[in-house]
Amino acid sequence: MAHPKRRHSTQRRDKRRTHYKAVAPTISSCSNCGATVQLHRVCGECGYYKGKQAIEKTVAA
Amino acid sequence: MRHSKKVNHLGRQAGHRKLMLANMAASLIKSKKINTTVAKAKALKKYVEPLITKSKTDSTHSRRIVFGYLQDKEAVKELFGDVASKIMDRPGGYTRILKTGNRLGDNAEMCLIELVDYNQNYNGTAAPAKKKSRRGSSKKKADSASDATIVEDSSTEEKAPKAKKSTKDKKED
Repeated sequence: MAHPKRRHSTQRRDKRRTHYKAVAPTISSCSNCGATVQLHRVCGECGYYKGKQAIEKTVAA
Repeated sequence: MRHSKKVNHLGRQAGHRKLMLANMAASLIKSKKINTTVAKAKALKKYVEPLITKSKTDSTHSRRIVFGYLQDKEAVKELFGDVASKIMDRPGGYTRILKTGNRLGDNAEMCLIELVDYNQNYNGTAAPAKKKSRRGSSKKKADSASDATIVEDSSTEEKAPKAKKSTKDKKED
């Protein structure tokens, strides 16, 4: 089987890793209560999704 | 090679996975909604929807087939009784997955999977707003054109885009 001929230097390794980047989540505000919500998620504050009550949130209040 | 093998193994071996899905399906049928991870919910959807379809024909044979999967008397009884009567005129798509954010601890993507016909809040308002689009009828076209002009007039009003949204939602469901 093939093997590496030489050790990769730290510079080569780090240069490769310059393309590893964290992506920020897309954030919106809830149409009902205005809380910050990640897109395609039910609102954690009021339980609304797409302008409708999706999950009952009476316990949290 | 894994080419076009669509089963999500969920990090379990076949027996473990089947038993887990059977337990989850029984829980879903009995309690109508369960909180779980998105991956499991998607696997469960594929597992439980054919069983719910089976419940539309209430015969000893189909009951035995479903029991073969679920291994839960109470769940089968509930499925062929209450659930079957509710979903009878729905042509598939009996479950809904709502993403609810990430779990503390392992940051897993969590969701709520539920039987569509048991969530009154979510269904109730959207049902009358549904409009079927039909091509070829000039009368409807005239109606929609007049609607459009109205929308343009009251562009500052919030209600018009909201109504549009709700029709869109219904399609996606």
